[in-house]
Amino acid sequence: MTAAAVPRLELVGVTKRYPGVVANDDVNLRVMPGVIHAILGENGAGKSTLMKIIYGAVRPDVGDLVWNGRQVAVESPREARALGISMVFQHFALFDSLTVAENVWLGLDRRVSRRDLLARIAELARAHDLGVAAPEAARTAADLAADLAPDLAPDLAQRRVSELSVGERQRVEILRALFTDPQLLILDEPTAVLTPQAVETLFVTLRRLAAGGCSILYISHKLDEVRALCTQCTVLRGGRVTGELDPRTATNAQLSQLMLGAQPPARAEAPSAAQSLTDGPPALEVRNLSLPRRNRFGVALEHISLSLRAGEILGVAGISGSGQGEILDAISGEDARVQAGVISMAGADVSRASTGARRALGLRTVPEERIGRGAVPTLSLAANTLLTRRDAVASSGLLRWPTARALAARLIERFRVRARGPESAAGSLSGGNLQKFIVGREVDAGPRVLLVAQPTWGLDVGAAAEIRNHLSALASGGVAVLVVSEDLAELFELCSELVVLARGRLSPRVAVRDATVAQIGQWMSGLFPEPAEAALAASNDPPVALVPGGPGANAHA
Amino acid sequence: MPSGGVSPTSSQDADPASPRPASVSMPGVVLLPVPEPRLGLQPLRSAVLAVASPLAALAITVVVGAVLFTAMGKSAGTGLAMFFVEPLRGARGLSELAVKATPLALIALGLSVSFRANIWNIGAEGQFIAGAIAATAVAMRAGPETSHAVVVPIVLAGLGGGMAWGALTAWLRDRFNASEILVSLMLVYVAEMLLGYLTYGPWKDPEGFNFPQTATFAEATEIPKLAAGHRANVGLLIALAAAPVGWLFLSRTYAGFQLVVCGAAPSAARFAGFSARRGLWTALLVSGGLAGLAGALEVAGPLGQLTPHLPVGYGFAAIIVAFVGRLHPLGVLLSSVLMSVFYIGGELAQSRMGLPSALTGVFQGLLLFALLGSDAWVARVRGPNR
Repeated sequence: MTAAAVPRLELVGVTKRYPGVVANDDVNLRVMPGVIHAILGENGAGKSTLMKIIYGAVRPDVGDLVWNGRQVAVESPREARALGISMVFQHFALFDSLTVAENVWLGLDRRVSRRDLLARIAELARAHDLGVAAPEAARTAADLAADLAPDLAPDLAQRRVSELSVGERQRVEILRALFTDPQLLILDEPTAVLTPQAVETLFVTLRRLAAGGCSILYISHKLDEVRALCTQCTVLRGGRVTGELDPRTATNAQLSQLMLGAQPPARAEAPSAAQSLTDGPPALEVRNLSLPRRNRFGVALEHISLSLRAGEILGVAGISGSGQGEILDAISGEDARVQAGVISMAGADVSRASTGARRALGLRTVPEERIGRGAVPTLSLAANTLLTRRDAVASSGLLRWPTARALAARLIERFRVRARGPESAAGSLSGGNLQKFIVGREVDAGPRVLLVAQPTWGLDVGAAAEIRNHLSALASGGVAVLVVSEDLAELFELCSELVVLARGRLSPRVAVRDATVAQIGQWMSGLFPEPAEAALAASNDPPVALVPGGPGANAHA
Repeated sequence: MPSGGVSPTSSQDADPASPRPASVSMPGVVLLPVPEPRLGLQPLRSAVLAVASPLAALAITVVVGAVLFTAMGKSAGTGLAMFFVEPLRGARGLSELAVKATPLALIALGLSVSFRANIWNIGAEGQFIAGAIAATAVAMRAGPETSHAVVVPIVLAGLGGGMAWGALTAWLRDRFNASEILVSLMLVYVAEMLLGYLTYGPWKDPEGFNFPQTATFAEATEIPKLAAGHRANVGLLIALAAAPVGWLFLSRTYAGFQLVVCGAAPSAARFAGFSARRGLWTALLVSGGLAGLAGALEVAGPLGQLTPHLPVGYGFAAIIVAFVGRLHPLGVLLSSVLMSVFYIGGELAQSRMGLPSALTGVFQGLLLFALLGSDAWVARVRGPNR
């Protein structure tokens, strides 16, 4: 490479101040062509601001940007894209009501015919294995027909974004970024929701891109990923560069120290599987739950049975779009189609109970989407407590705002949420802080059963550790916790046992200490032994009799 | 990240419903073609701008109005005086203003609740007519010896008639998932047909020289006036009382909060277990009921009989009133006065300056258009939240 001596991108003394905070303080950064360069740092370390400066969305107060040896002023993302800088965001910027193709088209700066667009999307998706697997994820009898006539299967480019899972949306974002053949690709926490296999695929894609001369800025909190993928690493803390090193030769401890200035907060001991679980009926039991798809791209649930005992953390692994949302909605009561006798809490049938009634019984949920579902972004934190808490609702139906504000203030303090106060709009919080608030809102309510989806997606190590600590503490206190996550490492760390969800079917349970990543990865694609209980329950369907199974029925063991 | 706390202006109970896309204030999202807020009739977050934007819109309306008068060969000063000063002069002027502002305020209050819930009832005109018809059915039974207390059942009948008309829309939406926008609008024409049928047919005054109108109602049915010799009646007090009640409902009750969440974030409402159906029915019953009430006050007040000329567009103008009032019950009171000024100004411009009375519609449209423009401009100036 002749251009090897000229850095692809160089930042010299970049400083950006906001009122009350210095986001970037004299930051120097040098990214060579074809290098995968990691940017490590906690939330608030200034990574996002730095990326915004590179991407032209924010002007630095001081400092220079040198692009391929030429000093440039990037005035707008459009100019950045014209230079050859693409970015994949942690928070998606997709229009829900439009199709994948339309979303890609909207991000383009030049005119492309519809046919070329579709062809290019298909080509990119194939080349980089970024397909959004509709027929894979939702295979039913009807889909078999689609398999035989693939042209009729819902095509990736034609699918509506609102029907895609988080993981799939991210793949659309990556695809969109690759569309312009960038020379520098910025990825913000790209692997948070991918399976280990998909992460490997992504890494292959990124390495191939890098080998082709494209530089990659890889923002992540996951030290092992950075070490596996990146050859250069710049660590930020409090807006300053605290280290530049080769992550392959650095230890986790070194990197953490540079990031945090200290060791990461210690995690409480995960509850061991040997911990004695209380007898009596399980805190939550689902017996032979089958539900047809709720829309064209939904997933049908087939004979789902699981039981959750007080004090245990059960993990549900699986590729996004395997039916996770469907199961959670059925258990939480948002999906009102469940028939009587399917879901019970501590022996009481709640299958037909409303969301509110289940919540009153101690069933609480932390949904996957924080913004717009777990919280209303335009409302204050105080108002957002009212979504699931009735502390501030008087029996007359009037609201006691001081109580709501006091509750929000308590949550902010107890769960160390970085926010101005109870009056801050939920949408003004960073992802990690909003998640701490939402988890805190449910944890603080004293649940008996807690369902959590993607608890730490997109969070920095500090916030993630705090949230996992809260979940572990809950379980130690006798709460039954169900964690649905696409982050296998997290499940292995947090849970005592795992099940895998694939295409709407649930695998047998496996104790974490007996499981391997390879095995779970295989199960994620649907290759697991048929659970005996599902077969049994399917053949005869007694509405009252308890189905044998639950924790003891490790069919594979 | 510096954007951790940069959105200081959101005032939660005053202005909770602005459906700003979630992503706008999140770090990192501002960069791509982010879903721009719909060119929108939506409350802005900042309290100051929520007031500043309508004032700017009013200023634009005045300026464009001046140009318009000049273009029509009239003095801009005289024309503007006719529109903005003349209607406010004297007790009679104020009384006439109240006659117009009362139905506008009542209807717009209901619409504010409905729009906050993201239920787009644009058929208030039909609910207004239905209320007037129901009130007439009661009023026509009154004779010379009927007690004055009959106004209470008349007003309640109007309320019920409007609610029933609104309930039709709610039922069609609930049962068949029909768009409430289309259904409520089409039901306006159904209501007009019904009004025409009744006044040309069974309810026609036999002694009315074949005019399509009911007999003049008995003395006792008349809504009590505020002052002798002026047409303004106690409907004004009802509207003035309804505004704080509406404000309390939206900002201080759990039911109102649920309604607002249903409108601002339907997924969050489902997650919380708030019933979207209840939101739908509440929104349409409240807005339909208030429109019907306005209809009853109109037919048993200034009109004193039911005629096919009852609907003059209050139900549609109230949509503008609601938005100019920022969907805030107290703002609605102010904007209803402003819109009434336009109504009377248009009449005065016709009778005294020989200008077409369509000017009223022009001014109303101008105001709404300028408001949209100001909002879009304000959103742009403020930028996408850093």
